[in-house]
Amino acid sequence: MSAMQHLLAVGGDAATFFRMGGYAAYVWPAYAVFFAVLVADNVAPRLRRRRILRELRDRLARQAARERRAPSPSVTPSP
Amino acid sequence: MSKWIPLWLHKLGSPPTFYRFAGAVRPWAMGLALLAGAIGLYGGLVLAPADYQQGDAYRIIFIHVPSAWMSMFVYAVMGVSGFMALVWRMKLAEVVAMESAPIGAAFTLITLVTGSLWGKPMWGTWWTWDARLTSELVLLFLYLGVIGLYHAFEDRRQGARAASFLAIIGVINVPIVHYSVVWWNTLHQGSTVNVFGHSKMAWDMLWPLLVMTLATKAYYAASLCRRARTDLLALEGGKDWVRQIAEAEATP
Repeated sequence: MSAMQHLLAVGGDAATFFRMGGYAAYVWPAYAVFFAVLVADNVAPRLRRRRILRELRDRLARQAARERRAPSPSVTPSP
Repeated sequence: MSKWIPLWLHKLGSPPTFYRFAGAVRPWAMGLALLAGAIGLYGGLVLAPADYQQGDAYRIIFIHVPSAWMSMFVYAVMGVSGFMALVWRMKLAEVVAMESAPIGAAFTLITLVTGSLWGKPMWGTWWTWDARLTSELVLLFLYLGVIGLYHAFEDRRQGARAASFLAIIGVINVPIVHYSVVWWNTLHQGSTVNVFGHSKMAWDMLWPLLVMTLATKAYYAASLCRRARTDLLALEGGKDWVRQIAEAEATP
């Protein structure tokens, strides 16, 4: 049985389901907050990972360029 | 470290090994979280009957209570790994403690907001300074304190140790949150689900709640894996294995 068929069998129709017995204004925002916060929790480390790797690549590129310009042993590699 | 700890556990503590391990675990944990979440929400929102007292408003329980349990569970994990970070100076324990904090703060925020949205129609108020609500708010501030203290230090490992110390002190708040409805007269209802005894809840309502609890646990595992991996890349930026990953993921 599909979810919608079940709704029809149990709750009458989808509108009844979304009305939540008159508590729609409280139930649905609660679920929206739940999902919004967890999505944000997922996106934040993804963006951070991308930034960390980009900065690391930039640093490595700068280091490589510096070594090409002055390949003497006096040049200390950046930490 | 002691000899009784098996070798694989030693190896798991090494950042590149844990990075791969977490990368392998994460999709399964996230898959389980999404599957259990879908089943739990279908059971809770569609199959479970309305409450005879609260009507359909009680359906907030299926996210509110699992999030509240997670807010305490994650804090306990943070406290234990913070303790390990201070005693044994394990880099991985620092990472687990510090990357648990934002996830725990997220669950605590969800608990407070959904509780508020539930309280308004049932109690007639968004907020009240009662023991359960106030101790949960303190829990949020403890999480924010740990996150803030961690980032206040120039040296990340020093910051992790300072924040771990705060996390350990704050563990005292976890039993206070849990027993607040027993120790004080509060507006918040007592526990309906009892791990060791009889739960005061119909099975139709209980099983979606338990499945949602599993979903939030699996979500925490998945999110922690992602965050720990990211943090290890930041901490080990100078090492060869991180350079290889950075170069492999270079976008043209």
